[in-house]
Amino acid sequence: MDFPYIVEPRRDTGLYNAKLGIWLFLASEVMLFGALFSAYVLLRVGADPGMWPHGWLNVYIGTANTIVLITSSITTVMAWVSCKQRQFGRFKFFHALTILLAMTFVCIKSYEYHDKFTHYEITLASGKFADGHLVEKSKDFDLAKKTGRVTIHGYEVEHEVELMDMQRPEARNIHREEITIPATDIKKMERYGPWHHTYLAIYFTLTGLHAFHVICGALVIGFLWGPGSRMWKTDPERFTNRIEVSGLFWHFVDLVWIFLFPVLYLL
Amino acid sequence: MNNSMTMNGGHSPGEVHSVRGYIFVFIALLAGTILTVWASFIQFGSREINIAVALVIASVKAFLVVAYFMHLISERKMIYLVLGFTAIFFAGLMGLTIWSLSPNSLIHIQNVP
Repeated sequence: MDFPYIVEPRRDTGLYNAKLGIWLFLASEVMLFGALFSAYVLLRVGADPGMWPHGWLNVYIGTANTIVLITSSITTVMAWVSCKQRQFGRFKFFHALTILLAMTFVCIKSYEYHDKFTHYEITLASGKFADGHLVEKSKDFDLAKKTGRVTIHGYEVEHEVELMDMQRPEARNIHREEITIPATDIKKMERYGPWHHTYLAIYFTLTGLHAFHVICGALVIGFLWGPGSRMWKTDPERFTNRIEVSGLFWHFVDLVWIFLFPVLYLL
Repeated sequence: MNNSMTMNGGHSPGEVHSVRGYIFVFIALLAGTILTVWASFIQFGSREINIAVALVIASVKAFLVVAYFMHLISERKMIYLVLGFTAIFFAGLMGLTIWSLSPNSLIHIQNVP
């Protein structure tokens, strides 16, 4: 059975099936991310005064990842243009670049996640707070049994609120050093995971969902670059449509990041 | 390299997109990214203004991606219809979010005397 409008556009809509399908899908995606942006607004406005974090993420790493994603958008467009110009070799080149850039994005994001999961806020028995990245835990370290010690590379502050705004001028000049803290002096010790703060909860949710989209998009583009590209020999027009549709999804992923970057890293 | 190409399939016959145009959009997006970061380090007087500036730059970048990379600027009416409904629902979602922030909104729990 042959399905109509797989390659040629319908006369009334001017669209082939997949094109209408991807735009309907992207419309649903707008609402998905829109709901999470709405949650972000509510969490941010609902935070106690001075308790919404600023400067918890590395702006330079975020900028690098933004440039990586924008570059992948132009390589995606160029891959489609190459198909339209019937230059299969150029298509292969540009989409190989897209896949490499997608992998680079995920690697950088993984590094950022790792950085957060090795970052600790330690509530000390004295009432002060120690904050920094884990250097080492002694073999006998057990917070429940109060044995051993932990070493972090960071600093101490009097109040938790001082850990929130890392963009303020004083925060930029904080001297970080290795601090060893015995378990007996620790009241509470928590990683910068999603459970640590509502900011991190929405950060991991938004960027995790976005990274999932990047991975899925890269898998589809990888398929079209590899085994799926066999269609080029039998039906180049249909294959070009597939590249266009996958490209539309990829640009949407880029679009979401364009808003995620300032909202999570800069504001 | 041929700097222009003729589209067919889902696009109007004879419609021309320039490779040079895509590269221009790419450079504009890079510039927009650097501008966003630069603007975030400037104190405009209040955080609200900084937020507004960042969102305006992001919106311009988003327009460039949607209009040129996703070819929405030359798309069919059916796509505009789909996105029109999406825009209405998205605006409603954000409108409800902003409305809920008002202390007078019905969703806030009222103090019982």
